[in-house]
Amino acid sequence: MSAHAEAHPHGGHHGPPPIHRSSRLDPTVLGMLLFIASEAMLFGAFFTAYFFVRVVNPQAPEWPLDPFHLPVYVAGVNTAVLVTSSFTMHWALQSIKRGNRAGLQAGLVLTFLMGLAFLITQMLEYARIGFTPADGAFGTIFFGLTGLHGAHVFVGLTLLAVAIVRAFRGHYSAEHHHGVEIPGIYWHFVDVMWIVVYATIYLI
Amino acid sequence: MRNPLRSEADAFRFVLYTIGYFALIVVAALAHPALGLLVFVGLTGTILWRVLGTRGRVEEREVVVPAPTAEGERRILVIANETVGGGELLDVIRERAAGVSEQVLVVVPALNSPLKHWASDDDAARAEARERLEASLARLREAGIEARGEVGDGDPLQAIDDALRTFGADEIVISTHPEGRSNWLERGVVTAARDRFAAPITHVVVDVDAST
Repeated sequence: MSAHAEAHPHGGHHGPPPIHRSSRLDPTVLGMLLFIASEAMLFGAFFTAYFFVRVVNPQAPEWPLDPFHLPVYVAGVNTAVLVTSSFTMHWALQSIKRGNRAGLQAGLVLTFLMGLAFLITQMLEYARIGFTPADGAFGTIFFGLTGLHGAHVFVGLTLLAVAIVRAFRGHYSAEHHHGVEIPGIYWHFVDVMWIVVYATIYLI
Repeated sequence: MRNPLRSEADAFRFVLYTIGYFALIVVAALAHPALGLLVFVGLTGTILWRVLGTRGRVEEREVVVPAPTAEGERRILVIANETVGGGELLDVIRERAAGVSEQVLVVVPALNSPLKHWASDDDAARAEARERLEASLARLREAGIEARGEVGDGDPLQAIDDALRTFGADEIVISTHPEGRSNWLERGVVTAARDRFAAPITHVVVDVDAST
């Protein structure tokens, strides 16, 4: 009978010690989680600036001030498109978890198209909105916040494009679909941030 | 608290909750700004109360079922920290190992302060746990018990969970200080382990002060 410890910090082992890895959270998911946390702080800084501008304005709660007018209904339809894309994203992942490759491909393509439609609509909105980032603090914050979100949509679309190409090349299976799960988490985060942006800037 | 972005499904659920949360606030704010503020404070307060209320409570998780062992073989998982070298614990292991071909895995959680845990500064905690583990294995060796050891996660429940993924234990032995001096008992670790794991749990109280 014998006893031994598995961990030998100064034994015959060369190089760095083996990585301690708990099963609590997968490292790739943890990486995405930390990234999203840092992104939330970035958005938080912009929201802080927005609410500061709004609260210190003596004419509040009349908001936005003249001559600023926001296309609430167009943005509302755009919001519905983006929210729907979260459903198709979820459908795509649920499909591949059940081994349904066609569902995965259709879900990813629909999500991508809706994301693209959102981005194009936002660009058209910028062209017709009637003010620019140079038009006072409100204009700066409006374009800063919505532009920051638009940049995230673009990144999300890039991730989705990679996932789509891989899906059509036969990658992913019911057991291995991390390449869809991670962009999915990111896409839902982009969706949540838009709901916050739309509710605070356009509606309230 | 459950991480809302642990998986795509959780993130999707988070989207739905966000829609509901803002829909209520916006509808109330459009009716009257003060009402919107009231709904915001009420909803946010409720969420915080729910989140803080679940802290320390055991989350429902998948129960790990041990793999069946061969006849006449017994796998014992021992979780202990400062009490790992206690005589009472050795007696229990010896008793459980009597008459069977035993496999004993001793896991010593690397206990750490919350601040150091969040800063990933666990080198010192793991080194101390390793020292205790090696001393414990030496005592088991003297007692003629075959055992191997690992330094585990700082959370004893997580350390058990991790160990069970590679070691299908027939029985789990949790060693603690007596009531009143044991942080693990105060946190309900033994009760939580009984709720969470399918393998039978034996709780051994080791009075280190009385032994020395």
